[in-house]
Amino acid sequence: MPEAQVKMNVRNASEKASIIDVEGELTAFAESVLMDAYNQASDGQARAIILNFEDLEYMNSSGIGLLVTLLIRINREKQRLLTYGLSDHYRSIFQITRLDDAITIYDSEEEAVKAANSA
Amino acid sequence: MTEQTPQDEAREEERLKHEPRDAAYWAKYAETLKVTGVAEGATNINVEGRRAVGPLQGFGKLWQKTYRINLTDANVTPVEVIKTWKENYKDFWPEGNLFYAPLAGIAPGEVALISGSLPGGVKLSTGVMVLYADDESFSLMTPEGHPFSGWITFSSFEEEGTTVVQVQVLMRANDPLYELGLRMGGHKMEDEMWRKTLENLAAHFGVRERVEMNAVCVDPKLQWSHYRNIWHNAGIRSALYSITAPLRWRRDRARQD
Repeated sequence: MPEAQVKMNVRNASEKASIIDVEGELTAFAESVLMDAYNQASDGQARAIILNFEDLEYMNSSGIGLLVTLLIRINREKQRLLTYGLSDHYRSIFQITRLDDAITIYDSEEEAVKAANSA
Repeated sequence: MTEQTPQDEAREEERLKHEPRDAAYWAKYAETLKVTGVAEGATNINVEGRRAVGPLQGFGKLWQKTYRINLTDANVTPVEVIKTWKENYKDFWPEGNLFYAPLAGIAPGEVALISGSLPGGVKLSTGVMVLYADDESFSLMTPEGHPFSGWITFSSFEEEGTTVVQVQVLMRANDPLYELGLRMGGHKMEDEMWRKTLENLAAHFGVRERVEMNAVCVDPKLQWSHYRNIWHNAGIRSALYSITAPLRWRRDRARQD
């Protein structure tokens, strides 16, 4: 199987929120990397997971599918999923796929973390 | 036609430099679906003006179903498979279901009409939008009223020296009636549809292999807040359209007289 062309870094944003920095390509091959990152981000007291897409270089429809399955997992754990760093192009994709119905998009890390902490 | 100035060209070059690699592969956002050109025999009653819906907007359990076939010993690349599939999509469908390809072919943003059947022989007019298309895959997204709320991705890739072809469905039943239909034979009908489609595609390349199927219930919870999706149910609306055909015929005759 081709290697995932993506790196994900997990960091704590606050007591309640963790950030996953997505760098590279979000395709079907990124599944295990994304799930490992989520497990790491969720380890502890995190009630909100924030995806940082500032360094997202490429995403196909399988990549969007991964976000849906991630969202389901997060909802099952009674957590929230937020995002920031989406370019206009990727915001449009969230709109077309109607992911924005369930995943809130923020303009900056500060706004996303503030929203995560306020819940 | 206005010619581009050197400044226009430089600006265009700069824009393309910053455009993501996948920019051309995705459909552009539109509030509702628009059908450009209705092929003879197709019925556009449940697609025009509808919104596209994904796995989050449906009612039923969320399923991820994967169907794949190995094109063993076939000398064909994933790119060739997808090119053939896009150009001849309707020909690989099993009998009983009709796919009216968009005039521009399977390309991002294009909308196709479908005539199909539901469990019990109920006729259905609906369609799909091409959400994404690149050289090695394409994805279709369903409209309100379609039995499914979700995406279907068709792809081909190399695995240990063999070209593999895959259909992956990520969907919920759109409303309570469809969810009941899925549980009463709909899942089997769908599995059979994609099994035959992949076998037909493989046979085109001279391959006879078994289709492997895998189904995962990603979310067993029903989304009751979306029960009102039944308002757009294409099965019900298609049935009503058929029943009222004589009335439309009389109306059209009266207009001619």
